[in-house]
Amino acid sequence: MLTILFDGIAYGMVLFVLACGLSVTMGLMNFVNLAHGAFAMLGGYITVLLMQKLGVPFLLTLPLAFIGAALIGVILERILYRPMYGKSHLDQVMFTIGIVFMAVAGADYLMGSSQQIIKLPSWLQGRFDIGGVGVGRYRLFVLVVCGVLAFSLQWGFTKTRFGSRLRASVDDARVARGLGIPVNRLFALTFALGSGLAGLGGALGIELMGLDPSFPLKFMIYFLVVVTVGGTSTITGPFFAAMLLGVADVAGKYFVPEIGAFIIYVLMVVLLIVRPDGLFAKGRA
Amino acid sequence: MAIRRQVLKGALGLSLAAALGSAAFAQDAAKVGLILPMTGPFASTGKQIDAAVKLFLAQNGAVFGGKKIEIILKDDTGNADTTRRLAQELVVNDKVAVLAGFGLTPLALAAAQVATQAKVPEVVMAAATATITEASPYIVRTSFTLPQASEPMADWALKNNIKKVFTVVTDYGPGIDAETSFANKFKAGGGTVESVRVPLRNPDFAPFLQRASEAKPDALFVFVPSGIGAQFMKQFVERGLDKAGVKLIGPGDVVDDDILESIGDVAIGAITTHHYSVAHDSAANKAFVTAFKAANGGMRPNFMAVAGYDGMRVIAEALKKTNGNTDGDALVAAMKGLSLESPRGPILIDPDTRDIVQNIYVRKTEKKDGELFNVEFAIIPMVKDPVKAAKKQ
Repeated sequence: MLTILFDGIAYGMVLFVLACGLSVTMGLMNFVNLAHGAFAMLGGYITVLLMQKLGVPFLLTLPLAFIGAALIGVILERILYRPMYGKSHLDQVMFTIGIVFMAVAGADYLMGSSQQIIKLPSWLQGRFDIGGVGVGRYRLFVLVVCGVLAFSLQWGFTKTRFGSRLRASVDDARVARGLGIPVNRLFALTFALGSGLAGLGGALGIELMGLDPSFPLKFMIYFLVVVTVGGTSTITGPFFAAMLLGVADVAGKYFVPEIGAFIIYVLMVVLLIVRPDGLFAKGRA
Repeated sequence: MAIRRQVLKGALGLSLAAALGSAAFAQDAAKVGLILPMTGPFASTGKQIDAAVKLFLAQNGAVFGGKKIEIILKDDTGNADTTRRLAQELVVNDKVAVLAGFGLTPLALAAAQVATQAKVPEVVMAAATATITEASPYIVRTSFTLPQASEPMADWALKNNIKKVFTVVTDYGPGIDAETSFANKFKAGGGTVESVRVPLRNPDFAPFLQRASEAKPDALFVFVPSGIGAQFMKQFVERGLDKAGVKLIGPGDVVDDDILESIGDVAIGAITTHHYSVAHDSAANKAFVTAFKAANGGMRPNFMAVAGYDGMRVIAEALKKTNGNTDGDALVAAMKGLSLESPRGPILIDPDTRDIVQNIYVRKTEKKDGELFNVEFAIIPMVKDPVKAAKKQ
């Protein structure tokens, strides 16, 4: 029973790291980036390639996955995304879903369509028992890494100068600009951070969610559910939403496997009826 | 001078003959429309079969019964609507004599109507749901059926003191086939079975395996499509089921030869029943494996490849029997009852059901010379598809 809770939380943690970048860009730039999963896939493939071709140890590939995805994120933001900021949401959705399809086809062409497999270092394999609760080592590792990340994100968002400038820009970009905050550079940085986090999530998720070219499409729904339920104005919102979904998904499949795959959708519908503005909305403006 | 002139004449004569010959062949071609998923999540199936078909034609020449076999390869990406459209185009525009390939059950079913209406034989080289051959009288199968591979597992388990089995299968046609055929046979023999089905699109097996481990079975019976076998095996070991003494059993898809190496040592000890292992000990198989690896940069052939190889051979033999007559009814009649020595052992196309009859082998995954193999240790000779056999009684 506790094992299920633990598995669910680990799963939710990965979901959070994958989706928080999306929620940040959505809240910040009012930009619907459906191609977010493509950055996650990129991070995953960076890890796979580094491990398989160059024999880089798993731990070292994680920051590289982050940097690689962030770098590509910055370049794409400069070239492709920026002209789209002013366009309507429909244009943005069409544009980013197009990128998704290109990423899917590109990954298929370059990497082949099969599931990618990585070999974890032996100290991350297997499990141990803590007071009768079976704990998978890798899941524990994921939990710790993502927990630290979530904490530092929350701290950075609320306590640092960068965070306060960011929040100011989100609230009112024009006034922020008038006060001398470099809004464009801030957005580019945030976009890079979001993409990098997605890349890291993709790399961490290989072992739990698998990795193949259809990844951005398969998990797009999950990201969007996290963002819709969690709301886009905070870090804590998507965090708790991801936890809730992870636990509900795993527990649903455990207790009622016949309908397990639908539990998260039921949950989303119910939550959106009860709290239409997301879990932690401050009430309607 | 004189010699040179003669050589010249000879060369001229040869090239003339060759030109005439190829013109004659072009008229007398038997086109085979090969529809396979060459891209998308099931591309490995397509690649294996395509490579095997090419190997067969390279080894045996392409002329059978006076007809030169021409392959038209089409990629359906694993999408049933595309399969049907491609089958129609191949029949109407290219006038193919035979449709072949079909990587998954829905794809094979999508083309069945086209085969029936056009009276064109449909040679199924991969899809393994039992009922496929009933969808059209023109369907002939050279792969296997899941009940055919799963039922012998029940017998083996009962004989080896396994009383309680937990089954985990992917929730679609072949998975349900595997689960029901195994469970029915196993229960009839006095065993108890608990089952869960995993959605096709979710590779996180954690909750399902947690259930399995709490049920404390003697063995875990698993069917997943071959691509995600690796994911399953890893989580099986991560959850400590192997250490708890739970045997891993099932049809051979989960330890597919194509990906066995990348699954790694966690696969060691799995007991599976299947119709083909790359380690099958026979001269015919050794020759097949060596030739296949040489032609494909060291890639191992798997059960898809052997079915593609035999499928091509069935088409060739049928053309020989009909003396090059490409009439659909004549070809299907010629395929019925064909008995061949395949790399996997003897096979027979059942004249009643047009399905394949073959040996099923019990294998154990072991490490040999640094490579992983499914080593066969028992044979159940000439197994018919049990689902159709039961219907006849």
